[in-house]
Amino acid sequence: MDNKRRKFLKIAGASVLAGIGAPAVIKLTAATPALASGHGEAPAHAPAPDAHGGHAEEAPQGVRLGMVIDLRKMNENPEMLDSAIAACIAAHNIPEFPDKKNEVKWIWKAPFENVFTDHSASHSAAKVKNFPSVALCNHCDDPPCVRACPTQATFRLEKNGIVAMDFHRCIGCRFCMAACPYGARSFNWQDPRPYIKKYNKEFPSRMKGVVEKCNFCGERLALGQEPACVEACKGTGAIVFGDLNDAKSEIRAVLDKEFTIQRKPTLGTKPSVFYIV
Amino acid sequence: MIEKTLKGKPAYWIWLAFLGMFMAIGAACYVRQYNFGLGMTGMSRDVSWGLYISQFTFLVGVAAGGVMLVLPYYIHNYKEFGRITILGEFLAIGAIVMCLLFIMADLGQPMRALNVVLHPTPNSMLFYDAIVLNGYLFLNVLCGWVILTAEKKQVKPPKWIYFFVYLSIPFAISIHTVTAMLYCGLPGRHFWLSAIIAPRFLASAFAAGPALIVVACLVLKRVAGFDAGRKAMNKLITIIIYAALLNMFFVGLEFFVGYYSNIPGHKHSLEYLFFGLEHHGHVYNNLVPFMWAFVILAFGSIAVLATPAAKKNDFVLGMGCAALFLAFWLDKGIGFVLAGFVPNGLHEITEYIPTANELGITIGVWATGFMVVTLLYKIAIGVEHEVEG
Repeated sequence: MDNKRRKFLKIAGASVLAGIGAPAVIKLTAATPALASGHGEAPAHAPAPDAHGGHAEEAPQGVRLGMVIDLRKMNENPEMLDSAIAACIAAHNIPEFPDKKNEVKWIWKAPFENVFTDHSASHSAAKVKNFPSVALCNHCDDPPCVRACPTQATFRLEKNGIVAMDFHRCIGCRFCMAACPYGARSFNWQDPRPYIKKYNKEFPSRMKGVVEKCNFCGERLALGQEPACVEACKGTGAIVFGDLNDAKSEIRAVLDKEFTIQRKPTLGTKPSVFYIV
Repeated sequence: MIEKTLKGKPAYWIWLAFLGMFMAIGAACYVRQYNFGLGMTGMSRDVSWGLYISQFTFLVGVAAGGVMLVLPYYIHNYKEFGRITILGEFLAIGAIVMCLLFIMADLGQPMRALNVVLHPTPNSMLFYDAIVLNGYLFLNVLCGWVILTAEKKQVKPPKWIYFFVYLSIPFAISIHTVTAMLYCGLPGRHFWLSAIIAPRFLASAFAAGPALIVVACLVLKRVAGFDAGRKAMNKLITIIIYAALLNMFFVGLEFFVGYYSNIPGHKHSLEYLFFGLEHHGHVYNNLVPFMWAFVILAFGSIAVLATPAAKKNDFVLGMGCAALFLAFWLDKGIGFVLAGFVPNGLHEITEYIPTANELGITIGVWATGFMVVTLLYKIAIGVEHEVEG
């Protein structure tokens, strides 16, 4: 019975979205709203990794959400990145712990040489070394965290490529944290709720003992909205978000025009976050 | 046979009370951790596995080491091991119990542990680890118990049990191989991303497990009048020396790959472990003393065990084996897991220092393991004495 009802709900949801949502955004989410914690969604099995890894990758079919971050624009206007991070914290009830040990972060600032460990050079200028860069989950095509998770609490949504988390299924083994080469995952070492500055009722807060990370704002996409960080940088082109497989999308236009880099491409995880330096 | 645990000399009860005290401390610490969360430990976002998982990794080896008795006895019909094979099997039970307790202590949401079974995930190595660990535990309980019961009745063990005995041999190999695969399949963690992890684990297991059995035999000789026999001990020394040398050779190979290739990623963790890692003017080196203690104790104990004195003198033999066990504990039970996280994926360095609460739980789990092994050995020795009359 659940299957039928789910189908109905999906169609109904999509129809409502089609009616009220902005057409440009609906293209991102296709016909099926991408929910943040897709309960019971079949885990997506990523396509086999490239034999030689690296850049020569075969694009998977269907909607494939990605992001281009223009670090030049970010650095022209340093407050913009802070506001993007603040928007993420506000949207997802991310706790703010005073100490580094308990840190929970979905999108954060780090020096260039830390974010791009493979791109740092011995004679790069101090300006480049400490060039404020931004790190977040790469929503890899072949995510090592999904491979490692023993309970399918983290999984890849086949319909749009988002690597999502089911906080209610996570047993807190932290295998995914060991597996992620980008340090994109956080663990709730203690109850996060007392450290949430302003509670957003639209998004669940987490309990202690589970892993969490950036979800590309799947819950906002489902409502026809853009990710919170993208919205915070609206109009500047500092973050472009969209379907990597749609030849007519804005993100593809940027990718075709600009020289972009990915984080640790040699590992074959195929990140879908690109950077213009 | 269980009733044999209920009778013993005062020393036996004092020992059990001693262990029970640490178990109680561990339980109290665990309640604190359960209520507060894993923030009670020294683990952090950067070093997300600590003492619990490293103890688990080491103890899987101790469990697998039991196969070094089972294999010569059942496959090669090496009769000298007849009296102590059961000790190997029972030690494996105690070690696996510790492994499972350490995993439970490490979970953020222990009440959901069954999700591993409810949502089986064949792409996760942890799923296979759960299967082989529980399988090996079951096999050892079954084989140990059936064979001991037959011995008590002074009849031959039933034929069907041999199927499970032989099955337990690949299981012993697999528990440590799969545990190695937890680590060596992760991209971006250079220290663990090495094909030699599984062989290295097995070599260290085949030295550390039998070394602990030798120590146990020497203790049993003094306190329980159980003599494993000189020939069996000497054979065990040979096995331990070969396995220990292999382990040291494998560790050396890691150094070769790191330092000859000169790739920073392959060197960082080794540098951190043995020399201290310099980063932004600060040297991070809190594991260096442990690792040099490992090297010195390992080579020292191998040298001691290779002398004729070890074959004649129980004290020398016991000290040699205890030192070797400690050495490999330092290597695998401390260094290996922690160094994998240093530096982290963003080349940042965070050091890990366990908290008192975490140490309390760790000691409690070890005490539980020793309690299980003591009770099982009491049964095994009791049956032995009864048969001999």
